[in-house]
Amino acid sequence: MNNLKARLAKERRFRLYGILSIALALTLLSILFISIFSQGYTAFQETKIQLDINFEQSVLDPKKTKDWDVVKKANFNILIKNSINELFPDVSGRSQKRKLKKLISTSGEYQLRNYIKNNIEAIGTTKKMWLLADDDVDMLIKGHINRSLPENERRIDNDELKWIEVLETKKIIKKFFNKTFFTSGDSAESEQSGILGALLGSLFALSITLIISFPIGIATAIYLEEFAPKNNKFIDFIEVNINNLAAVPSIIFGLLGLAIFLNFFELPRSAPLVGGMVLSLMTLPTIIISSRVSMKAVPPSIKEGALGVGASEIQAVFHHVVPVAIPGMLTGTIIGMARALGESAPLLVIGMVAFIVDIPQSVTDPATALPIQIYLWADTPERGFVERTSAAIIVLLIFLILMNSLAVYLRQRFEKDIN
Amino acid sequence: MSITSILLIIGLFSISGYYAGLKKSLVLRENKKFHSAPIYHGALLAINSSLSSIFFIISWLIIEKNFYTDLESFRNILYIISIIIFLTVSLLTFKKIKHDFQARDNLEKIIQYFLLVCSLLAILVTIGIFLSVIFESNKFFGVISITEFLFGTHWSPQMPIREDQAGSSGAFGAVPLFAGTFLIAFISMCIAGPIGLMSAIYLSEYASKKTRSIVKPLTEILAGIPTVVYGFFAVVVVAPFIRNTGSNFGIEIASESALAAGLVMGIMIIPFVSSISDDVINSVPQNLKNGSLGVGATKSETIKKVIIPAALPGIIGGLLLAVSRAIGETMIVVMAAGMSANLTANPFEAVTTVTVQIVVLLVGDQEFDSPKTLAAFALGLVLFIITLILNYIALHVVRKYREQYE
Repeated sequence: MNNLKARLAKERRFRLYGILSIALALTLLSILFISIFSQGYTAFQETKIQLDINFEQSVLDPKKTKDWDVVKKANFNILIKNSINELFPDVSGRSQKRKLKKLISTSGEYQLRNYIKNNIEAIGTTKKMWLLADDDVDMLIKGHINRSLPENERRIDNDELKWIEVLETKKIIKKFFNKTFFTSGDSAESEQSGILGALLGSLFALSITLIISFPIGIATAIYLEEFAPKNNKFIDFIEVNINNLAAVPSIIFGLLGLAIFLNFFELPRSAPLVGGMVLSLMTLPTIIISSRVSMKAVPPSIKEGALGVGASEIQAVFHHVVPVAIPGMLTGTIIGMARALGESAPLLVIGMVAFIVDIPQSVTDPATALPIQIYLWADTPERGFVERTSAAIIVLLIFLILMNSLAVYLRQRFEKDIN
Repeated sequence: MSITSILLIIGLFSISGYYAGLKKSLVLRENKKFHSAPIYHGALLAINSSLSSIFFIISWLIIEKNFYTDLESFRNILYIISIIIFLTVSLLTFKKIKHDFQARDNLEKIIQYFLLVCSLLAILVTIGIFLSVIFESNKFFGVISITEFLFGTHWSPQMPIREDQAGSSGAFGAVPLFAGTFLIAFISMCIAGPIGLMSAIYLSEYASKKTRSIVKPLTEILAGIPTVVYGFFAVVVVAPFIRNTGSNFGIEIASESALAAGLVMGIMIIPFVSSISDDVINSVPQNLKNGSLGVGATKSETIKKVIIPAALPGIIGGLLLAVSRAIGETMIVVMAAGMSANLTANPFEAVTTVTVQIVVLLVGDQEFDSPKTLAAFALGLVLFIITLILNYIALHVVRKYREQYE
C-alpha cells in the first residue's frame, strides 16, 4: 500500500515538473515582452516646446530680397535664442543662456529653416511653433529622470528643472505623437533619430530576397517533387544539400556573401542588394522544404485526373497541382521572409552595419536594416536610445506578427482547399 | 547604350515574336489540324530566341571580365550580334511552325531544364560556401600554421601596424574561442534541454487537447523572436539581474558573463528542443504505451521506462540539432558575451565565442589580405565543419529513428 502511495506521489511530482517547465518558459516569454513594451512604449511620444518665433527681417533677409538662396544662409539659431530668452528675461550670463537654449533640440533650426523655405512670405511675422525638445528634457517629461534625486545624480540640473517647471505651468511643453521616429533616419541625437532609413533598408533587401528566392525555391520544389527521377543518387545529394543548408549558421552565409558577392563580383558594400542576395540564399531551403510539403499534400487524384484526360505532365502539374498548392507555398515563403526580416548576423558581415543618416533611395545605396538598427542603438548607453531600441523592437515584432498571421491564414485556407 | 536597355529591347522583341508565332499558327490552323495549341508556338519562338541571345550576352561578359578586358570597347558589336542572333533564331523557329511541329513538347523540355537548373542552385550555394571559406582559410594557414590556430591558447588578433611595433604581434590560438563557444552552448543546453523536454512530455502525454492547442503556439512564439531581440533582452534585463543577484551573495559576476548569454540562448532554444521532442514522442507507437499502462504502470513510469527509452535516439538527434544551433548563434553572444578571449570554465566570467570573433574581425574597414580578416574565414571554416557534422549525425539519427517505427 505504501509502495503505491509513493508511486502516486512520484507521478504527481513528475507531472508538476512538466507544468513548472511550461510555466517557466511562458514566464520568461512574458518577462521579455513586458520589459520591452514597458521600456519602449514611451518612445512613441516626443516632447515639444512651444515658442513664439519672431522671424525677424533683419536677421533673415536684411535686404528684403525674398530669395530663398539668400535667406538660407541666415542664422536661424538666433531666432530660437531670442525667443527663449524673451520667455525667461531674468536669465543672464553667457553660459546660463547657452544652457537655456539647449532645452531645445538642435533640430529646431532645421524646422524653422524648412518652414521659411515653404513660406517665404512669413519673414517679418511672429508665429507660435512647437519645437522638438532636447532628449534630456524629453526623458524628464516622460518620467525617466527622477526629479527628487540630488542634483549631481540626474542629467538635468536645478536651473534647467526650474525652467522646465515654468514651461509646464505655462502649458507650453507637451507630448505629441512621435512623428520623427517614423520619418527620419539614424542620428547621433536620440530625439532626432528614427527608423525610416532602417525600415526602407529592410524593405529593399526583402524585395530582392523575394524576387530571387520565391521563383527559384518554387521551381526547385516542383522539380524535386514532380519531375526528378526517383532513387537517383544525384537527386538524393541535392536533397541532403538543401536539408543541410537549412541548418547552416546564418553567419556563414555572410562569409559567402563577403567572399563571393563583395570580393569576387565587386558589388557595393553595405547595400541592400547584397543583403537581399545573402538572405535569399538563406531563405531558399525554407521555401523549398515547405513548398514540397504542400505539394505532397495535394491529393494525387487531382494530377491523375488531369493526366487521364490527356494533359501532359507539365500541364497537369502547372495547371492543376500548383494552383492548389500555391497557398501552402506562400505560407512557407512568408515564414521564410519573416525569418529574413529578423536576421542580422549575415548583414553585419557584409557591412550593413554603419552609422547611416541618409534615407536609402535604391537597392545600391548604403543602408542598414531594422534588426541592425536595433543592434546599433542597443550599444548606446543613453536612456533616449534605450527607449528607441525597445520601440524599434516593437515595430519589428509587429511586422513579424502581421506576416505570421498572414501565413497562418493562408495555411488554414490551404487545408480547407485540399480537404 | 547599356546592358539594361539591350535587355529591354530583347524583351520587347520577344513580345512581338510571341505574337508573330501566335498569328502564324492561328492562320495555318484554319486549314489543317495542329499538334500544339497556338500559344505554345508563340511562346516557344519568344523563349528560344531571347534565351539564345541572352546566353550569348552572358558568355561575352564572362569572357570580357576574366580573359580579354579590352573587349569592353567593342560593346556595340556585342549588342548588334545579340540582336542578329535573336532575329536569326526567331526566323528559324518561325519557319518551323507547321501543323506537325511539336512546339509544346519542345517548350516543356525547356521548362524541365529550367526547373533542373534551379534545383542545382542548392548545390551551387554549398559549393560556394565551401570554396569561399576554404580558399580564404588556405591563405590564412599560409601565414599562421594550422596547429597554432587549432591548439594555441592565446588569441589576440591585432596585427602590428608598423614592423617595429613592440608587443603587438598578433596571436591566433583559437582554443579560448572554442572553449567559450562550448561553455555558452553547454549553459544554454542545461536550460533548454530539461525545460524543452519536460514541456514536450507534458504537452504530448498529460495536457488536454485544448491546453495543448493554446500552449504550443505560445511556446513557438519564442522561436519566432529575432535573435537581436534576445540579445537586447540579455543586455538590458538578464545581465544586470544576474550581476545584482551575484553581488547579493557576494559573488562577483562580470557584466558580460557567459551565464547571461547562455541563459538567454537557452530560452531561445527551448521551443526548438520541445517541438522536435514532441514529434519524436508522438511517433512512439501507441501499443508500447498501452502495454505498459496495461500491466499497471503509472503514466510517469510509462514515460520514464518505456517512452523515453524508445524515443531516445530521436531525442538525442534533436538535442544535437539544438547544440548546432547554439554554436552557430551570433547576435545574442555578440551583444551579451565578451570580446576578449578568456580561457576559463567559470560561467561568471566573460568569454568570447567563434561567432563573436568573426563579427569583430570583419566589422569595420578591412583589407582582404591581412591575417586578421582571413582569420575570420578560418573560424568560419571550423564553425561550418562542426555544424555540418552535428547536423549530419542528427538528421541521420532522426531519420533512422523514424524509419524504425514506420
